[in-house]
Amino acid sequence: MSRLDVRKTYKLYIGGSFPRSESGHTYAVTDAKGGFLANAAKASRKDARDAVVAARKAFGGWAGRTPYNRGQVLYRVAEMIEGRHDQFTADVVAAEGLTRAQAAKVVDAAIDRWVWYAGWADKLAQVTGNANQVAGPYFNLSSPEPTGVVAVMAPADDSLLGLVSVLAPVIVSGNTAVVVTSYERPLAAITLSEVLATSDVPGGVVNILTGDASELGPWLAAHLDVNALDLTGVVDHDLGASLEAEAAINLKRVLRPSTPDWTAEPSLARMTAFLETKTVWHPVGV
Amino acid sequence: MADHAVPPTPLDYAPAPESRSIVDLQPSYGLFIDGAFTEGADGRTFKTVNPATEEVLAEVTEATDADVDAAVAAARRAFRGWSRMPGRERAKYLYRIARILAERSRELAVLESLDNGKPIKESRDVDLPLVSQWFFYYAGWADKLSYAGLGADPRPLGVAAQVIPWNFPLLMLSWKIAPALAAGNTVVLKPAETTPLTALLFAEICQQADLPPGVVNIVTGAGATGQALVGHPDVDKVAFTGSTDVGRQIARTVAGTDKRLTLELGGKAANIVFEDAAMDQAVEGIVSGIFFNQGHVCCAGSRLLVQENVYEEVMDRLKRRMTTLRVGDPLDKNTDIGAINSREQLDRITALASTGDDEGAERWSPPCELPTSGFWYAPTVFTGVTQAHRIAREEIFGPVLSVLTFRTPDEAVAKANNTPYGLSAGVWTEKGSRILAIADRLRAGVVWANTFNKFDPASPFGGYKESGYGREGGRQGLASYLTSSVLQEGETA
Repeated sequence: MSRLDVRKTYKLYIGGSFPRSESGHTYAVTDAKGGFLANAAKASRKDARDAVVAARKAFGGWAGRTPYNRGQVLYRVAEMIEGRHDQFTADVVAAEGLTRAQAAKVVDAAIDRWVWYAGWADKLAQVTGNANQVAGPYFNLSSPEPTGVVAVMAPADDSLLGLVSVLAPVIVSGNTAVVVTSYERPLAAITLSEVLATSDVPGGVVNILTGDASELGPWLAAHLDVNALDLTGVVDHDLGASLEAEAAINLKRVLRPSTPDWTAEPSLARMTAFLETKTVWHPVGV
Repeated sequence: MADHAVPPTPLDYAPAPESRSIVDLQPSYGLFIDGAFTEGADGRTFKTVNPATEEVLAEVTEATDADVDAAVAAARRAFRGWSRMPGRERAKYLYRIARILAERSRELAVLESLDNGKPIKESRDVDLPLVSQWFFYYAGWADKLSYAGLGADPRPLGVAAQVIPWNFPLLMLSWKIAPALAAGNTVVLKPAETTPLTALLFAEICQQADLPPGVVNIVTGAGATGQALVGHPDVDKVAFTGSTDVGRQIARTVAGTDKRLTLELGGKAANIVFEDAAMDQAVEGIVSGIFFNQGHVCCAGSRLLVQENVYEEVMDRLKRRMTTLRVGDPLDKNTDIGAINSREQLDRITALASTGDDEGAERWSPPCELPTSGFWYAPTVFTGVTQAHRIAREEIFGPVLSVLTFRTPDEAVAKANNTPYGLSAGVWTEKGSRILAIADRLRAGVVWANTFNKFDPASPFGGYKESGYGREGGRQGLASYLTSSVLQEGETA
């Protein structure tokens, strides 16, 4: 007689813990062929707001780490994804209907992507900042700084490589993130939250909400303590436009919806979208 | 012209008015579209006045939707040639403009003071030198775009719609037009309703420089003209400097389009004075921080944060210094504080400042006689201000300073950052490590340490949070007008 498996009901990842949705709602996640995989928490407005509070609380500490330290912390996350290679591969197989070999390549690419971004932590300021020679006796230096709390609508289809490709660039510079996962394919994000919870990434730096972007998006877009909005995963044009319009309430920085080729070499774009330039002047004299 | 009804005392300055004869004002001005001045589609005009006297300076055309359409079409036609022109040729046009601006700088400075109300000392010594320098700086970038750190082949965006404010009319024009043109874009610019004249003189300078028609188009008008311009379907880039409320509207207007947007909006900068500051310099910095340009400065140091144990000393020195400020005729070379730009702005300052009285702050102004015609506001300082007061939270955009105190560096940073704005900040201390630590923690795009209100085309300027996004000046300012393989994602799937 075959063993009966233990079915899972996953939870959210907010402030370093795994709460159930405040609403009590869950939804069934199915594989590419419609078979039952697990139940996921269906995040509510209150969960989104809690996640923003956690992200804001974590911001000062994370942005205040030395870039070298942030780079090391993120590199270790890549090590841990590598350690769970099989589990991520299974997630991708189930979600995206790929063969095991194809899915394993996706996981490889996601790890490599994470490592690529981790290495930027202590190089961004050298590449995007500069000294300015002004016409007067002044020291003048421009440096990048993180924008703050970033709400991220993760890609709907590419549940692991796409997720990693939008999340890593947000947090590497010191931002904190509230991520709304793919609604239909949340398992890779849930596995990633388990990785993050046991990594050195402080609680609150990454908050992961499984749920519907069209329900959660408007609350996050209009939230006054969110500084930026990444709409990459929003496929519906009208929804994207309305979220961008909502975001104007406090002049959030908005990265518009797009469907990039996630296997292509990234650029600085996803990092610079969530960086501010600070310029400091000081007189020169004896 | 100047109001010198008060007989000079033996120690007073004699009037030293700059002559306005250098300015040759026309009674009326058309729109500058496709290289020529044209009448508006429906002949509507409005008057621009000298805010120091309320004298009408000229009639200006109010551009309609059809006029905006024509200007955008002209810019679109010119884009092909301008963007494909070798960078070194574009550079030479910009150098030419920079030189003409310098040659005609006195004329432009006088006109700016007439139309805006700012002291000739500032238009002559700050605005105009920077205007020319801005074109000179970006001219040099035109043939070096691939070295701007934006990848091998950065490309212009197309037609830029640019809307600028009235506080630094020609300087804001140069911040907008110089980088846009250097990058190969063409522009349609709308100057502010109350200060259109130097932009129209700039249009003449474009003709004088033989700039190809359509590369720069100037449409005058009020809010409706600006809305038509930023909402026009054929513009690729919108750049706006002005209030946060209008900035929000523009962000909503461009939502869901492919238009790129940069916004330079309001501010409520903290100017933080620590107990170990060099007091003479700090007091000068406080004064220039809030009274420069009548306080019509988005990055003005409008919230003074003083460490509690030097509060009395700072206030005594500040008040003594404020009694020496000379308010009056903008064309007088000894004037420190000129006219408020418009009656509307004067009303706004008056109303907001009166909430300071109502909410329990204590108002002080030095004794000073204000001219009887024109729009004037005495330099004003409010003490006993709390963080909840409207005068500590809202941008007054006038010569009104709110003073708060703090005990510890942590408290100073918390109070400084307690605002939805994040444009600029000042810090005054003789301790180097403290400067760096405080500058690090201030959420503001520009931090002036032991100085204030300094600007340079090589230095990026722009805000955090609700002060807008994007930078003007420097390499970063160029990026606002280019699309590149480094700052934009590659081909979409």
